[in-house]
Amino acid sequence: MKLFKNLLNVVKPHFENGGKLEKLYPAYDAFETFLFVPNHTTNKGSHIRDAIDLKRTMFMVIVALIPCMLFGMWNVGYQYHLAIGESVSIFENFIFGFWKFLPLIIISYVVGLAVEFAFAIYRGHSVNEGYLVTGLLIPLTMPIDVPLWMLAVSVIFAVVIGKEVFGGTGMNILNPALTARAFLFFAHPIYMSGDKVWVHDAMVDGHSGSTILGELAASSNWQSLSFNPFDMMMGTIPGSVGETSFIAIMLGAVILIATGIGSWRIILSTFIGGFAMASLFNFWGANELMTTPAEIHLIIGSFAFGAVFMATDPVTGSQTNKGKYIYGFLIGVFAILIRVFNPAYPEGMMLAILLMNIFAPLVDHYVIQGNIKRRLKRANA
Amino acid sequence: MSDKKEVLFSKKNRKLLTDPLNDNNPVTTQVLGICSALAITVQLKPAIVMAISVLVVMSVANVVVSLMRNLIPSRIRIIVQLVVIAALVILVDQVLKAFVYDVSKELSVFVGLIITNCIIMGRLEAFALGNGVWKSFLDGLGNAFGYGWILIAVAFFRELLGAGTLFGFPVIEKLGLYEIGYENNGMMILPPMALVTVGIIIWIQRTKNRDLIES
Repeated sequence: MKLFKNLLNVVKPHFENGGKLEKLYPAYDAFETFLFVPNHTTNKGSHIRDAIDLKRTMFMVIVALIPCMLFGMWNVGYQYHLAIGESVSIFENFIFGFWKFLPLIIISYVVGLAVEFAFAIYRGHSVNEGYLVTGLLIPLTMPIDVPLWMLAVSVIFAVVIGKEVFGGTGMNILNPALTARAFLFFAHPIYMSGDKVWVHDAMVDGHSGSTILGELAASSNWQSLSFNPFDMMMGTIPGSVGETSFIAIMLGAVILIATGIGSWRIILSTFIGGFAMASLFNFWGANELMTTPAEIHLIIGSFAFGAVFMATDPVTGSQTNKGKYIYGFLIGVFAILIRVFNPAYPEGMMLAILLMNIFAPLVDHYVIQGNIKRRLKRANA
Repeated sequence: MSDKKEVLFSKKNRKLLTDPLNDNNPVTTQVLGICSALAITVQLKPAIVMAISVLVVMSVANVVVSLMRNLIPSRIRIIVQLVVIAALVILVDQVLKAFVYDVSKELSVFVGLIITNCIIMGRLEAFALGNGVWKSFLDGLGNAFGYGWILIAVAFFRELLGAGTLFGFPVIEKLGLYEIGYENNGMMILPPMALVTVGIIIWIQRTKNRDLIES
Protein backbone atom coordinates (compact mmCIF):
# COMPACT_ATOMS: atom_id res chain seq x y z
CA MET A 1 0.00 0.00 0.00
CA LYS A 2 2.79 2.40 0.91
CA LEU A 3 4.36 1.68 -2.45
CA PHE A 4 1.19 2.78 -4.24
CA LYS A 5 0.94 5.91 -2.15
CA ASN A 6 4.52 6.89 -2.92
CA LEU A 7 4.03 6.16 -6.58
CA LEU A 8 0.90 8.29 -6.73
CA ASN A 9 2.63 11.15 -4.93
CA VAL A 10 5.51 11.05 -7.37
CA VAL A 11 3.34 11.32 -10.46
CA LYS A 12 0.78 13.68 -8.94
CA PRO A 13 2.44 17.00 -9.94
CA HIS A 14 2.22 16.01 -13.60
CA PHE A 15 -1.55 15.80 -13.42
CA GLU A 16 -2.32 18.85 -11.36
CA ASN A 17 -3.04 22.30 -12.76
CA GLY A 18 -0.14 23.38 -14.92
CA GLY A 19 1.36 19.92 -15.17
CA LYS A 20 2.20 18.23 -18.45
CA LEU A 21 -0.66 15.78 -18.27
CA GLU A 22 -3.21 18.19 -16.82
CA LYS A 23 -5.88 16.95 -19.21
CA LEU A 24 -5.58 13.43 -17.88
CA TYR A 25 -6.28 14.47 -14.28
CA PRO A 26 -9.60 12.57 -14.16
CA ALA A 27 -7.72 9.35 -14.93
CA TYR A 28 -5.23 10.02 -12.15
CA ASP A 29 -7.99 10.97 -9.76
CA ALA A 30 -9.79 7.72 -10.51
CA PHE A 31 -6.79 5.63 -9.56
CA GLU A 32 -6.01 7.62 -6.44
CA THR A 33 -9.56 7.51 -5.08
CA PHE A 34 -9.89 3.88 -6.03
CA LEU A 35 -6.89 2.89 -3.95
CA PHE A 36 -7.31 5.32 -1.07
CA VAL A 37 -10.27 6.94 0.56
CA PRO A 38 -10.06 10.57 -0.58
CA ASN A 39 -9.55 13.16 2.12
CA HIS A 40 -12.00 15.78 0.85
CA THR A 41 -14.04 17.39 3.55
CA THR A 42 -17.30 19.16 3.08
CA ASN A 43 -16.58 22.87 3.37
CA LYS A 44 -19.99 24.49 3.12
CA GLY A 45 -23.05 24.13 5.24
CA SER A 46 -23.75 21.21 7.49
CA HIS A 47 -23.78 17.79 5.91
CA ILE A 48 -24.04 14.26 7.11
CA ARG A 49 -21.24 12.41 5.48
CA ASP A 50 -21.26 8.63 5.46
CA ALA A 51 -18.00 6.97 6.33
CA ILE A 52 -17.96 4.94 3.13
CA ASP A 53 -18.07 6.64 -0.25
CA LEU A 54 -19.47 5.39 -3.52
CA LYS A 55 -16.34 3.49 -4.52
CA ARG A 56 -16.36 1.52 -1.28
CA THR A 57 -20.09 0.89 -1.70
CA MET A 58 -19.56 -0.50 -5.15
CA PHE A 59 -16.78 -2.66 -3.86
CA MET A 60 -19.16 -4.37 -1.44
CA VAL A 61 -21.35 -5.35 -4.36
CA ILE A 62 -18.33 -6.94 -5.99
CA VAL A 63 -17.74 -8.90 -2.79
CA ALA A 64 -21.37 -10.01 -2.85
CA LEU A 65 -20.92 -11.18 -6.42
CA ILE A 66 -17.92 -13.35 -5.64
CA PRO A 67 -19.90 -16.48 -4.60
CA CYS A 68 -21.85 -16.33 -7.87
CA MET A 69 -18.69 -15.81 -9.86
CA LEU A 70 -16.73 -18.64 -8.24
CA PHE A 71 -19.65 -21.02 -8.54
CA GLY A 72 -20.23 -19.92 -12.14
CA MET A 73 -16.61 -20.70 -13.03
CA TRP A 74 -16.87 -24.14 -11.51
CA ASN A 75 -20.19 -24.76 -13.23
CA VAL A 76 -18.73 -23.90 -16.63
CA GLY A 77 -16.20 -26.67 -16.20
CA TYR A 78 -18.73 -29.03 -14.67
CA GLN A 79 -21.28 -28.63 -17.47
CA TYR A 80 -18.63 -29.03 -20.13
CA HIS A 81 -17.16 -32.18 -18.68
CA LEU A 82 -20.65 -33.54 -18.05
CA ALA A 83 -21.55 -32.96 -21.69
CA ILE A 84 -18.48 -34.69 -23.07
CA GLY A 85 -18.88 -37.49 -20.55
CA GLU A 86 -15.69 -37.06 -18.56
CA SER A 87 -15.55 -36.83 -14.84
CA VAL A 88 -12.83 -34.66 -13.35
CA SER A 89 -12.17 -33.22 -9.92
CA ILE A 90 -13.85 -30.12 -8.56
CA PHE A 91 -10.60 -28.25 -8.79
CA GLU A 92 -10.06 -29.12 -12.45
CA ASN A 93 -13.61 -28.01 -13.26
CA PHE A 94 -12.94 -24.74 -11.57
CA ILE A 95 -9.65 -24.12 -13.34
CA PHE A 96 -11.23 -24.97 -16.67
CA GLY A 97 -14.07 -22.49 -16.05
CA PHE A 98 -11.67 -19.90 -14.71
CA TRP A 99 -9.67 -19.77 -17.93
CA LYS A 100 -12.85 -19.67 -20.03
CA PHE A 101 -14.39 -16.90 -17.96
CA LEU A 102 -11.33 -14.73 -17.42
CA PRO A 103 -11.28 -13.30 -20.98
CA LEU A 104 -14.89 -12.15 -20.59
CA ILE A 105 -14.07 -10.22 -17.42
CA ILE A 106 -10.94 -8.69 -18.91
CA ILE A 107 -12.71 -7.56 -22.08
CA SER A 108 -15.63 -6.19 -20.11
CA TYR A 109 -13.43 -4.12 -17.80
CA VAL A 110 -10.88 -2.97 -20.34
CA VAL A 111 -13.42 -1.84 -22.90
CA GLY A 112 -15.87 -0.39 -20.40
CA LEU A 113 -13.26 1.51 -18.43
CA ALA A 114 -11.64 2.78 -21.64
CA VAL A 115 -14.96 4.33 -22.63
CA GLU A 116 -15.49 5.71 -19.13
CA PHE A 117 -12.00 7.25 -19.00
CA ALA A 118 -12.40 8.70 -22.48
CA PHE A 119 -15.64 10.42 -21.49
CA ALA A 120 -14.26 11.57 -18.17
CA ILE A 121 -11.22 13.15 -19.80
CA TYR A 122 -13.29 14.70 -22.61
CA ARG A 123 -15.85 16.14 -20.24
CA GLY A 124 -13.36 16.93 -17.50
CA HIS A 125 -15.24 15.23 -14.69
CA SER A 126 -13.97 12.48 -12.43
CA VAL A 127 -14.29 8.89 -13.57
CA ASN A 128 -17.55 7.38 -12.40
CA GLU A 129 -17.27 4.41 -10.13
CA GLY A 130 -20.42 2.76 -11.42
CA TYR A 131 -18.56 0.67 -13.93
CA LEU A 132 -16.78 -1.36 -11.26
CA VAL A 133 -19.96 -3.33 -10.65
CA THR A 134 -21.36 -3.18 -14.17
CA GLY A 135 -18.09 -4.56 -15.50
CA LEU A 136 -18.49 -7.72 -13.46
CA LEU A 137 -22.25 -8.02 -13.88
CA ILE A 138 -22.06 -8.01 -17.66
CA PRO A 139 -19.93 -11.16 -18.08
CA LEU A 140 -21.91 -12.90 -15.33
CA THR A 141 -25.09 -12.52 -17.37
CA MET A 142 -23.55 -13.84 -20.59
CA PRO A 143 -23.37 -17.36 -21.97
CA ILE A 144 -19.81 -18.63 -21.60
CA ASP A 145 -19.15 -18.86 -25.34
CA VAL A 146 -20.20 -15.36 -26.31
CA PRO A 147 -17.68 -14.02 -28.88
CA LEU A 148 -15.41 -11.47 -27.27
CA TRP A 149 -15.90 -8.79 -29.89
CA MET A 150 -19.66 -9.00 -29.43
CA LEU A 151 -19.17 -8.57 -25.72
CA ALA A 152 -17.00 -5.53 -26.41
CA VAL A 153 -19.62 -3.97 -28.71
CA SER A 154 -22.38 -4.52 -26.20
CA VAL A 155 -20.26 -3.01 -23.43
CA ILE A 156 -19.62 0.08 -25.55
CA PHE A 157 -23.32 0.33 -26.34
CA ALA A 158 -24.28 -0.03 -22.70
CA VAL A 159 -21.82 2.55 -21.42
CA VAL A 160 -22.38 5.10 -24.17
CA ILE A 161 -26.10 4.78 -24.91
CA GLY A 162 -27.14 3.37 -21.56
CA LYS A 163 -25.20 5.76 -19.39
CA GLU A 164 -23.06 8.50 -20.88
CA VAL A 165 -25.80 10.05 -23.02
CA PHE A 166 -27.74 10.73 -19.88
CA GLY A 167 -24.75 12.24 -18.13
CA GLY A 168 -22.93 9.28 -16.58
CA THR A 169 -23.28 7.35 -13.35
CA GLY A 170 -26.25 8.40 -11.32
CA MET A 171 -28.13 9.86 -14.26
CA ASN A 172 -28.88 6.72 -16.21
CA ILE A 173 -32.43 5.51 -16.67
CA LEU A 174 -31.68 1.90 -17.58
CA ASN A 175 -29.48 -0.54 -15.75
CA PRO A 176 -26.28 -0.55 -17.87
CA ALA A 177 -25.49 -4.22 -17.31
CA LEU A 178 -28.93 -5.24 -18.50
CA THR A 179 -28.72 -2.80 -21.39
CA ALA A 180 -25.63 -4.67 -22.55
CA ARG A 181 -27.39 -8.00 -22.24
CA ALA A 182 -30.57 -6.80 -23.95
CA PHE A 183 -28.50 -5.34 -26.78
CA LEU A 184 -26.75 -8.64 -27.43
CA PHE A 185 -29.98 -10.57 -26.98
CA PHE A 186 -31.65 -8.69 -29.81
CA ALA A 187 -28.58 -8.12 -31.96
CA HIS A 188 -27.20 -11.66 -31.98
CA PRO A 189 -29.99 -13.93 -30.78
CA ILE A 190 -28.27 -17.13 -31.88
CA TYR A 191 -25.47 -16.51 -29.39
CA MET A 192 -27.81 -15.57 -26.59
CA SER A 193 -30.66 -18.06 -26.66
CA GLY A 194 -31.53 -21.57 -27.71
CA ASP A 195 -30.00 -24.78 -26.44
CA LYS A 196 -26.52 -24.54 -28.00
CA VAL A 197 -24.95 -21.68 -26.14
CA TRP A 198 -25.05 -22.49 -22.45
CA VAL A 199 -22.40 -25.18 -22.37
CA HIS A 200 -18.88 -24.46 -23.59
CA ASP A 201 -18.28 -25.67 -27.16
CA ALA A 202 -21.88 -26.87 -27.57
CA MET A 203 -22.19 -25.03 -30.85
CA VAL A 204 -19.23 -26.84 -32.33
CA ASP A 205 -19.68 -30.25 -30.76
CA GLY A 206 -23.43 -30.31 -31.08
CA HIS A 207 -24.10 -31.57 -27.58
CA SER A 208 -27.10 -29.67 -26.41
CA GLY A 209 -27.54 -28.11 -23.03
CA SER A 210 -30.84 -26.37 -22.95
CA THR A 211 -31.81 -24.34 -19.95
CA ILE A 212 -34.73 -25.29 -17.77
CA LEU A 213 -36.76 -22.43 -19.15
CA GLY A 214 -35.93 -23.59 -22.66
CA GLU A 215 -37.18 -27.08 -21.90
CA LEU A 216 -40.34 -25.81 -20.26
CA ALA A 217 -41.03 -23.52 -23.20
CA ALA A 218 -40.67 -26.52 -25.49
CA SER A 219 -43.54 -27.88 -23.38
CA SER A 220 -42.00 -30.60 -21.34
CA ASN A 221 -43.51 -31.12 -17.90
CA TRP A 222 -41.51 -29.69 -15.01
CA GLN A 223 -41.43 -33.07 -13.32
CA SER A 224 -39.90 -34.76 -16.35
CA LEU A 225 -37.03 -32.25 -16.50
CA SER A 226 -33.52 -33.59 -16.43
CA PHE A 227 -32.87 -31.60 -13.25
CA ASN A 228 -34.51 -31.88 -9.86
CA PRO A 229 -35.22 -28.93 -7.55
CA PHE A 230 -32.03 -29.68 -5.63
CA ASP A 231 -29.94 -29.11 -8.78
CA MET A 232 -31.79 -25.87 -9.34
CA MET A 233 -31.05 -24.70 -5.81
CA MET A 234 -27.41 -25.66 -6.11
CA GLY A 235 -27.10 -24.37 -9.64
CA THR A 236 -25.59 -27.39 -11.37
CA ILE A 237 -27.66 -26.55 -14.46
CA PRO A 238 -26.81 -24.87 -17.76
CA GLY A 239 -27.35 -21.14 -17.96
CA SER A 240 -25.60 -17.79 -18.05
CA VAL A 241 -22.42 -17.87 -16.01
CA GLY A 242 -23.48 -16.23 -12.78
CA GLU A 243 -27.17 -16.89 -12.52
CA THR A 244 -27.54 -20.65 -12.07
CA SER A 245 -26.94 -21.11 -8.36
CA PHE A 246 -29.76 -19.94 -6.09
CA ILE A 247 -27.63 -20.58 -3.03
CA ALA A 248 -24.68 -18.51 -4.24
CA ILE A 249 -27.05 -15.69 -5.12
CA MET A 250 -28.62 -15.82 -1.68
CA LEU A 251 -25.15 -15.62 -0.12
CA GLY A 252 -24.67 -12.44 -2.12
CA ALA A 253 -28.08 -11.20 -1.03
CA VAL A 254 -27.17 -11.71 2.62
CA ILE A 255 -23.99 -9.66 2.15
CA LEU A 256 -25.89 -6.89 0.35
CA ILE A 257 -28.65 -6.73 2.94
CA ALA A 258 -26.32 -7.02 5.94
CA THR A 259 -24.21 -4.11 4.73
CA GLY A 260 -27.34 -2.14 3.87
CA ILE A 261 -26.26 -1.67 0.27
CA GLY A 262 -28.95 -3.66 -1.48
CA SER A 263 -32.52 -2.81 -0.59
CA TRP A 264 -34.21 -5.75 1.11
CA ARG A 265 -37.52 -4.15 0.26
CA ILE A 266 -36.89 -4.54 -3.45
CA ILE A 267 -35.53 -8.08 -3.15
CA LEU A 268 -38.40 -9.23 -0.97
CA SER A 269 -41.16 -7.62 -2.98
CA THR A 270 -39.71 -8.95 -6.24
CA PHE A 271 -39.89 -12.48 -4.89
CA ILE A 272 -43.39 -11.89 -3.55
CA GLY A 273 -44.51 -10.46 -6.90
CA GLY A 274 -43.06 -13.39 -8.79
CA PHE A 275 -44.54 -15.89 -6.37
CA ALA A 276 -47.98 -14.29 -6.51
CA MET A 277 -48.03 -14.19 -10.29
CA ALA A 278 -46.75 -17.76 -10.65
CA SER A 279 -49.34 -19.02 -8.13
CA LEU A 280 -52.04 -17.30 -10.11
CA PHE A 281 -50.87 -19.08 -13.24
CA ASN A 282 -50.83 -22.38 -11.37
CA PHE A 283 -54.61 -22.10 -11.05
CA TRP A 284 -54.94 -21.31 -14.72
CA GLY A 285 -52.53 -23.98 -15.89
CA ALA A 286 -52.86 -23.68 -19.64
CA ASN A 287 -49.29 -24.69 -20.52
CA GLU A 288 -46.24 -26.29 -18.94
CA LEU A 289 -44.81 -22.98 -17.79
CA MET A 290 -48.06 -22.14 -16.04
CA THR A 291 -48.30 -25.42 -14.19
CA THR A 292 -44.73 -25.18 -12.92
CA PRO A 293 -44.99 -24.56 -9.16
CA ALA A 294 -44.40 -20.99 -8.09
CA GLU A 295 -41.44 -21.84 -5.87
CA ILE A 296 -39.71 -23.54 -8.80
CA HIS A 297 -40.26 -20.42 -10.90
CA LEU A 298 -38.32 -18.38 -8.38
CA ILE A 299 -35.20 -20.54 -8.47
CA ILE A 300 -34.90 -21.15 -12.21
CA GLY A 301 -33.69 -18.80 -14.88
CA SER A 302 -32.23 -15.51 -13.81
CA PHE A 303 -35.09 -14.55 -11.53
CA ALA A 304 -33.07 -14.62 -8.34
CA PHE A 305 -29.98 -13.04 -9.88
CA GLY A 306 -32.04 -10.23 -11.34
CA ALA A 307 -33.94 -9.65 -8.12
CA VAL A 308 -30.81 -9.46 -5.98
CA PHE A 309 -28.24 -7.75 -8.19
CA MET A 310 -30.09 -5.98 -10.98
CA ALA A 311 -33.33 -4.72 -9.49
CA THR A 312 -31.54 -3.31 -6.45
CA ASP A 313 -29.42 -0.92 -8.50
CA PRO A 314 -29.81 2.26 -6.43
CA VAL A 315 -29.71 4.52 -9.48
CA THR A 316 -32.33 2.94 -11.70
CA GLY A 317 -34.68 1.61 -9.02
CA SER A 318 -37.27 3.47 -7.02
CA GLN A 319 -35.98 5.74 -4.27
CA THR A 320 -38.91 5.91 -1.88
CA ASN A 321 -39.57 3.04 0.49
CA LYS A 322 -43.16 2.58 -0.58
CA GLY A 323 -42.07 2.93 -4.19
CA LYS A 324 -39.53 0.15 -3.70
CA TYR A 325 -42.27 -2.29 -2.73
CA ILE A 326 -44.34 -1.40 -5.79
CA TYR A 327 -41.32 -1.41 -8.09
CA GLY A 328 -40.09 -4.80 -6.89
CA PHE A 329 -43.52 -6.36 -6.90
CA LEU A 330 -44.16 -5.31 -10.49
CA ILE A 331 -40.77 -6.65 -11.59
CA GLY A 332 -41.70 -10.04 -10.20
CA VAL A 333 -45.12 -9.93 -11.84
CA PHE A 334 -43.84 -8.89 -15.25
CA ALA A 335 -40.94 -11.33 -15.20
CA ILE A 336 -43.28 -14.30 -14.75
CA LEU A 337 -45.82 -12.81 -17.14
CA ILE A 338 -43.29 -12.48 -19.97
CA ARG A 339 -41.77 -15.85 -19.18
CA VAL A 340 -45.14 -17.63 -19.36
CA PHE A 341 -46.78 -15.85 -22.25
CA ASN A 342 -43.84 -15.39 -24.57
CA PRO A 343 -41.67 -18.48 -24.74
CA ALA A 344 -39.64 -16.74 -27.46
CA TYR A 345 -38.26 -14.50 -24.72
CA PRO A 346 -37.51 -17.00 -21.99
CA GLU A 347 -35.67 -14.40 -20.00
CA GLY A 348 -38.56 -12.30 -18.82
CA MET A 349 -36.50 -11.05 -15.90
CA MET A 350 -34.22 -8.91 -18.05
CA LEU A 351 -37.11 -7.28 -19.89
CA ALA A 352 -39.17 -6.86 -16.72
CA ILE A 353 -36.39 -5.01 -14.91
CA LEU A 354 -35.66 -2.77 -17.90
CA LEU A 355 -39.37 -1.98 -18.16
CA MET A 356 -39.67 -1.14 -14.49
CA ASN A 357 -36.46 0.94 -14.63
CA ILE A 358 -38.38 3.23 -16.94
CA PHE A 359 -41.37 3.40 -14.64
CA ALA A 360 -39.42 3.77 -11.39
CA PRO A 361 -39.42 7.61 -11.47
CA LEU A 362 -43.16 7.57 -12.12
CA VAL A 363 -43.76 5.27 -9.17
CA ASP A 364 -41.70 7.58 -6.98
CA HIS A 365 -43.57 10.60 -8.27
CA TYR A 366 -46.94 9.22 -7.22
CA VAL A 367 -45.66 8.00 -3.88
CA ILE A 368 -44.33 11.48 -3.12
CA GLN A 369 -47.45 13.23 -4.37
CA GLY A 370 -49.60 10.89 -2.31
CA ASN A 371 -47.57 11.70 0.76
CA ILE A 372 -47.86 15.42 0.17
CA LYS A 373 -51.60 15.14 -0.29
CA ARG A 374 -52.03 13.09 2.85
CA ARG A 375 -50.07 15.53 4.96
CA LEU A 376 -51.84 18.54 3.47
CA LYS A 377 -55.14 16.98 4.40
CA ARG A 378 -53.91 16.46 7.93
CA ALA A 379 -52.70 20.04 8.14
CA ASN A 380 -55.94 21.46 6.83
CA ALA A 381 -58.18 19.30 8.92
CA MET B 1 -44.37 41.71 -54.01
CA SER B 2 -41.83 43.57 -52.05
CA ASP B 3 -39.09 41.04 -52.66
CA LYS B 4 -39.17 41.61 -56.43
CA LYS B 5 -35.87 43.43 -56.48
CA GLU B 6 -34.15 40.87 -54.33
CA VAL B 7 -31.59 38.72 -56.06
CA LEU B 8 -32.61 35.11 -56.61
CA PHE B 9 -29.97 33.74 -54.28
CA SER B 10 -29.61 36.57 -51.83
CA LYS B 11 -28.10 35.83 -48.46
CA LYS B 12 -31.55 35.56 -46.91
CA ASN B 13 -32.74 33.11 -49.54
CA ARG B 14 -29.65 30.99 -49.24
CA LYS B 15 -30.31 30.78 -45.54
CA LEU B 16 -33.76 29.38 -46.29
CA LEU B 17 -32.07 26.59 -48.15
CA THR B 18 -29.18 25.84 -45.79
CA ASP B 19 -30.70 26.41 -42.36
CA PRO B 20 -32.87 23.28 -42.37
CA LEU B 21 -29.85 21.17 -43.28
CA ASN B 22 -28.29 21.60 -39.89
CA ASP B 23 -29.24 24.10 -37.21
CA ASN B 24 -32.94 24.09 -37.96
CA ASN B 25 -33.22 20.54 -39.17
CA PRO B 26 -36.83 19.36 -39.26
CA VAL B 27 -35.93 15.93 -37.88
CA THR B 28 -33.14 16.54 -35.39
CA THR B 29 -34.07 20.00 -34.14
CA GLN B 30 -37.82 20.19 -34.55
CA VAL B 31 -38.22 16.43 -34.09
CA LEU B 32 -40.84 16.08 -36.80
CA GLY B 33 -41.36 13.26 -39.28
CA ILE B 34 -39.84 10.71 -36.90
CA CYS B 35 -42.31 7.96 -37.75
CA SER B 36 -41.19 7.63 -41.34
CA ALA B 37 -37.57 7.91 -40.26
CA LEU B 38 -38.11 4.76 -38.22
CA ALA B 39 -40.15 2.84 -40.74
CA ILE B 40 -38.33 3.09 -44.03
CA THR B 41 -34.68 3.37 -43.07
CA VAL B 42 -33.88 -0.33 -42.96
CA GLN B 43 -32.33 -0.08 -46.42
CA LEU B 44 -30.80 2.75 -48.40
CA LYS B 45 -32.83 2.43 -51.58
CA PRO B 46 -36.29 2.94 -50.10
CA ALA B 47 -34.91 5.72 -47.93
CA ILE B 48 -33.60 7.59 -50.96
CA VAL B 49 -36.84 7.07 -52.88
CA MET B 50 -38.74 8.33 -49.86
CA ALA B 51 -36.46 11.35 -49.56
CA ILE B 52 -36.99 12.22 -53.23
CA SER B 53 -40.76 11.74 -52.93
CA VAL B 54 -40.93 14.07 -49.97
CA LEU B 55 -38.69 16.52 -51.80
CA VAL B 56 -41.10 16.65 -54.75
CA VAL B 57 -44.24 16.84 -52.66
CA MET B 58 -42.88 19.42 -50.29
CA SER B 59 -41.41 21.81 -52.81
CA VAL B 60 -44.39 21.66 -55.19
CA ALA B 61 -46.94 21.90 -52.36
CA ASN B 62 -45.12 24.92 -50.97
CA VAL B 63 -45.21 26.60 -54.39
CA VAL B 64 -48.88 25.80 -54.97
CA VAL B 65 -50.04 26.92 -51.56
CA SER B 66 -47.90 30.03 -51.82
CA LEU B 67 -49.58 30.84 -55.14
CA MET B 68 -53.00 30.42 -53.62
CA ARG B 69 -52.21 32.00 -50.28
CA ASN B 70 -54.26 35.14 -50.91
CA LEU B 71 -57.25 33.16 -52.15
CA ILE B 72 -57.56 30.64 -49.32
CA PRO B 73 -60.05 31.66 -46.61
CA SER B 74 -58.16 31.14 -43.40
CA ARG B 75 -60.97 29.13 -41.82
CA ILE B 76 -60.60 26.29 -44.30
CA ARG B 77 -56.87 26.59 -44.99
CA ILE B 78 -55.95 23.26 -43.41
CA ILE B 79 -58.32 21.31 -45.62
CA VAL B 80 -57.08 23.14 -48.70
CA GLN B 81 -53.50 22.32 -47.78
CA LEU B 82 -54.47 18.71 -47.28
CA VAL B 83 -56.09 18.53 -50.69
CA VAL B 84 -52.96 19.94 -52.31
CA ILE B 85 -50.68 17.52 -50.49
CA ALA B 86 -52.96 14.55 -51.11
CA ALA B 87 -53.14 15.26 -54.84
CA LEU B 88 -49.37 15.46 -55.04
CA VAL B 89 -48.87 12.32 -53.00
CA ILE B 90 -51.20 10.36 -55.28
CA LEU B 91 -49.20 11.61 -58.25
CA VAL B 92 -45.94 10.54 -56.67
CA ASP B 93 -47.43 7.20 -55.71
CA GLN B 94 -48.54 6.53 -59.25
CA VAL B 95 -45.14 7.47 -60.65
CA LEU B 96 -43.41 5.15 -58.19
CA LYS B 97 -45.75 2.31 -59.04
CA ALA B 98 -45.10 2.82 -62.72
CA PHE B 99 -41.31 3.05 -62.63
CA VAL B 100 -39.94 1.48 -59.45
CA TYR B 101 -42.62 -1.02 -58.55
CA ASP B 102 -40.59 -3.12 -56.12
CA VAL B 103 -39.49 -0.11 -54.10
CA SER B 104 -43.01 1.24 -54.07
CA LYS B 105 -44.22 -2.09 -52.73
CA GLU B 106 -41.59 -1.97 -50.03
CA LEU B 107 -42.61 1.52 -49.00
CA SER B 108 -46.24 0.37 -49.04
CA VAL B 109 -48.40 2.67 -46.94
CA PHE B 110 -45.59 5.03 -46.14
CA VAL B 111 -45.89 6.80 -49.47
CA GLY B 112 -49.55 7.46 -48.70
CA LEU B 113 -48.57 8.55 -45.24
CA ILE B 114 -46.48 11.40 -46.65
CA ILE B 115 -49.82 13.23 -46.43
CA THR B 116 -49.62 13.11 -42.69
CA ASN B 117 -45.92 13.98 -42.55
CA CYS B 118 -45.93 16.83 -40.09
CA ILE B 119 -42.95 18.52 -41.75
CA ILE B 120 -44.91 19.25 -44.93
CA MET B 121 -47.99 20.48 -43.12
CA GLY B 122 -45.79 22.52 -40.82
CA ARG B 123 -43.95 24.26 -43.62
CA LEU B 124 -47.18 25.06 -45.44
CA GLU B 125 -48.69 26.55 -42.30
CA ALA B 126 -45.62 28.30 -41.06
CA PHE B 127 -44.03 29.45 -44.28
CA ALA B 128 -45.85 29.07 -47.58
CA LEU B 129 -49.01 30.80 -46.36
CA GLY B 130 -47.09 33.97 -45.63
CA ASN B 131 -44.29 34.10 -48.19
CA GLY B 132 -43.69 34.51 -51.89
CA VAL B 133 -43.45 31.69 -54.40
CA TRP B 134 -39.69 31.62 -54.85
CA LYS B 135 -38.99 31.79 -51.12
CA SER B 136 -41.53 29.08 -50.43
CA PHE B 137 -39.94 26.90 -53.07
CA LEU B 138 -36.51 27.31 -51.48
CA ASP B 139 -37.93 26.66 -48.04
CA GLY B 140 -39.62 23.48 -49.20
CA LEU B 141 -36.44 22.35 -50.91
CA GLY B 142 -34.29 23.11 -47.88
CA ASN B 143 -36.53 21.28 -45.43
CA ALA B 144 -36.89 18.31 -47.73
CA PHE B 145 -33.10 18.08 -48.03
CA GLY B 146 -32.79 18.41 -44.26
CA TYR B 147 -35.25 15.56 -43.81
CA GLY B 148 -33.70 13.53 -46.62
CA TRP B 149 -30.12 13.57 -45.46
CA ILE B 150 -31.06 12.38 -41.99
CA LEU B 151 -33.10 9.59 -43.55
CA ILE B 152 -30.24 8.55 -45.80
CA ALA B 153 -27.67 8.76 -43.03
CA VAL B 154 -29.76 6.57 -40.75
CA ALA B 155 -30.47 4.11 -43.56
CA PHE B 156 -26.77 3.95 -44.42
CA PHE B 157 -25.83 2.77 -40.93
CA ARG B 158 -28.81 0.49 -40.53
CA GLU B 159 -28.27 -1.29 -43.83
CA LEU B 160 -24.50 -1.51 -43.43
CA LEU B 161 -24.54 -2.80 -39.86
CA GLY B 162 -27.83 -4.65 -39.96
CA ALA B 163 -27.66 -6.47 -43.27
CA GLY B 164 -24.03 -5.94 -44.28
CA THR B 165 -25.00 -4.41 -47.61
CA LEU B 166 -25.27 -1.00 -49.26
CA PHE B 167 -27.90 -0.66 -51.99
CA GLY B 168 -28.07 -4.45 -51.81
CA PHE B 169 -24.35 -4.79 -52.57
CA PRO B 170 -22.70 -7.12 -50.04
CA VAL B 171 -20.00 -4.75 -48.78
CA ILE B 172 -19.11 -6.68 -45.64
CA GLU B 173 -18.83 -9.95 -47.51
CA LYS B 174 -16.54 -8.42 -50.14
CA LEU B 175 -14.34 -6.98 -47.42
CA GLY B 176 -14.03 -10.48 -46.02
CA LEU B 177 -15.17 -9.53 -42.54
CA TYR B 178 -17.40 -12.58 -42.15
CA GLU B 179 -14.39 -14.85 -42.42
CA ILE B 180 -12.75 -13.31 -39.38
CA GLY B 181 -15.88 -13.80 -37.31
CA TYR B 182 -17.87 -10.64 -37.86
CA GLU B 183 -21.66 -10.98 -37.84
CA ASN B 184 -24.48 -8.66 -38.75
CA ASN B 185 -26.18 -6.89 -35.92
CA GLY B 186 -29.81 -8.01 -35.91
CA MET B 187 -30.83 -5.16 -33.69
CA MET B 188 -30.06 -2.55 -36.34
CA ILE B 189 -32.96 -3.93 -38.38
CA LEU B 190 -35.39 -3.37 -35.52
CA PRO B 191 -37.10 0.05 -35.26
CA PRO B 192 -35.60 0.99 -31.87
CA MET B 193 -32.16 1.29 -33.40
CA ALA B 194 -33.45 3.86 -35.90
CA LEU B 195 -34.46 5.94 -32.92
CA VAL B 196 -31.08 5.41 -31.29
CA THR B 197 -29.29 6.32 -34.52
CA VAL B 198 -31.32 9.54 -34.86
CA GLY B 199 -30.57 10.16 -31.21
CA ILE B 200 -26.85 9.83 -31.80
CA ILE B 201 -27.04 12.30 -34.71
CA ILE B 202 -28.92 14.73 -32.45
CA TRP B 203 -26.31 14.22 -29.74
CA ILE B 204 -23.41 14.97 -32.09
CA GLN B 205 -25.23 17.98 -33.51
CA ARG B 206 -25.89 19.47 -30.08
CA THR B 207 -22.40 18.81 -28.88
CA LYS B 208 -21.13 20.86 -31.82
CA ASN B 209 -23.71 23.60 -31.55
CA ARG B 210 -24.51 24.15 -27.91
CA ASP B 211 -27.15 26.80 -28.67
CA LEU B 212 -29.50 24.02 -29.67
CA ILE B 213 -29.57 22.45 -26.23
CA GLU B 214 -32.89 23.09 -24.54
CA SER B 215 -32.64 24.49 -21.05
